[in-house]
Amino acid sequence: MMTNPTGRLTQGQFGFLPDLTDAEISMQIAYGLARGYAWSVEYTDDPHPRNTYWEMFGMPMFDLKDAAGVLMELQNCRKTFPNHYIRLQAFDSTRGVESIAMSFIVNRPAVEPGFTLVRQETVGRTMRYTIHGYSTDQPEGERYKR
Amino acid sequence: MANSSEAGTTITDKKKRYSAGVLKYRQMGYWDADYVPKETDTICLFRITPQEGVDPVEAAAAVAGESSTATWTVVWTDRLTACDSYRAKAFKVEPVPNGPGQYFAWVAYDIILFEEGSIANMTASLIGNVFSFKPLKAARLEDIRIPVAYVKTFKGPPTGLVVERERLDKFGRPLLGATTKPKLGLSGRNYGRVIYEGLKGGLDFMKDDENINSQPFMHWRDRFLYVMDAVNKATAATGEVKGSYLNITGATVEDMYERAEFAKDLGSVIVMVDLVVGWSTIQSMANWCRRNDMILHMHRAGHGTYTRQKNHGVSFRVIAKWLRLAGVDHLHAGTAVGKLEGDPLTVQGYYNVCRDSYTKQDLPRGLFFDQDWCDLKKVMPVASGGIHAGQMHQLLDLFGDDVVLQFGGGTIGHPAGIQAGAVANRVALESMVKARNEGKDILNEGPQILKNAAKFCGPLQQALDTWGDISFNYASTDTSDYAATPAASN
Repeated sequence: MMTNPTGRLTQGQFGFLPDLTDAEISMQIAYGLARGYAWSVEYTDDPHPRNTYWEMFGMPMFDLKDAAGVLMELQNCRKTFPNHYIRLQAFDSTRGVESIAMSFIVNRPAVEPGFTLVRQETVGRTMRYTIHGYSTDQPEGERYKR
Repeated sequence: MANSSEAGTTITDKKKRYSAGVLKYRQMGYWDADYVPKETDTICLFRITPQEGVDPVEAAAAVAGESSTATWTVVWTDRLTACDSYRAKAFKVEPVPNGPGQYFAWVAYDIILFEEGSIANMTASLIGNVFSFKPLKAARLEDIRIPVAYVKTFKGPPTGLVVERERLDKFGRPLLGATTKPKLGLSGRNYGRVIYEGLKGGLDFMKDDENINSQPFMHWRDRFLYVMDAVNKATAATGEVKGSYLNITGATVEDMYERAEFAKDLGSVIVMVDLVVGWSTIQSMANWCRRNDMILHMHRAGHGTYTRQKNHGVSFRVIAKWLRLAGVDHLHAGTAVGKLEGDPLTVQGYYNVCRDSYTKQDLPRGLFFDQDWCDLKKVMPVASGGIHAGQMHQLLDLFGDDVVLQFGGGTIGHPAGIQAGAVANRVALESMVKARNEGKDILNEGPQILKNAAKFCGPLQQALDTWGDISFNYASTDTSDYAATPAASN
């Protein structure tokens, strides 16, 4: 159980809000599509803050212009990985941006074990810090079993 | 306002031009009403207030002269040089709308005048001697057009706002920060407590204030050690990348390198410097940050001494352009609604300078020139000073997503504590972004959106109860000459 005020992982642009309903998710998808972004569904069972590369649930949907299609992909991903973290990411290919424009979590494991801070004492009073995810002590795919 | 009288034209006869004595600046070649600026010229727009009886064209020519090659008298040694290249040329003078006694003067500078990649050199010319020149009561550098050829001699921000977001893994919303308070007196241990609470509560960044360096109450190493323990603990508690701007400003550049190295050794993602360290130091620190994967935060300490008064000094939009070239990743650029000076449109002009790929001329925002940034990285503007959660809709409407919103007092002064203050701000922010994306008219519906969010977030309700009505309604000093815009609040 994580001890921050939300009690859960706070990554993503809506990490502090109650879970978005599918209708609310659709509105965010539509906002991105209207701005020309390409949506992508990604999942992981290692949400370490510096684990950049979550697994892609298929490629970014460059040619998909309909929010319902993106939501369908998300639902497929939820069916396949009901106990993983899943996020929606929108890519903006505008020159000078060419990066992610939106990103928010749309599925979480029932229990979020979080991370521990491992301190290694070194010279003087200096510390080396390691953020260690409790779940990653288990092999991939077996981390969030209830 | 071309002046075609005898005294107003450049003397072309070389004997007359270079005979010993004193000539008018416009006779020496610093005024050319027909001059067409080259693509490679730097163009400056000065606001000048000539002394009584001083002709504005002569004053403009004097500005061109004193900011390039002229001295007060004729010198024959000019003839050893291709002197016409080195003379800046005033080419247009216009009265300032509704500004009696003031004139706008456009001056062009050849690219040979400035050392490549050196803001120190460019500023030594453009704002070197000329601002003390006696025939002018006052002078202000309002705006500058920097040619692409010169822009390309700079590396710009070490990280830039796009890559900063990638490193922090934070997209689609403004970043949230707070300055640790009280700014002076906390021990390193107490200081780190504030950092931990703010970050664990939901802020992305905490910040040293401009005057926290290494005073008797807190040695800089102590601060860095405790702060980084707090940052890492908060990262583990939230699963988010967190940072705290460690101010590496010190008495000497050597001190600054030492502090920067220690910040890097401890794993900080960001360091901070004050504007008062000067241009050469800023560029050196930018180079260091580029070599060490570090974000560079610029606190514009001291700028108000020369940017605020409209008749004299340098506009902040010019300082922002120079800082983007010199290479900073974050820049305090005003809040418009907070406690510090800033007319909303003028402040938006600064934000455009930081974030645009191509800045368009926009007179109501004080932008006199098109500026092609030719793919130079973008600076993340920072809004800081007297802002609170109740203004979230205004802030998002004014500044969009690419900004760091810093609520210092508005976090730390929360009645239920620092974590609660951070929660209130984060929930207010995310609710507003979500509502905007859903197509809501946040400027009008904002207060209701916040009220609705407060129903599931007690700390936000407390914040609104405490600060909901606080605003700073004072007229701004530095406003556009082309549109009247009273400071907007609440």
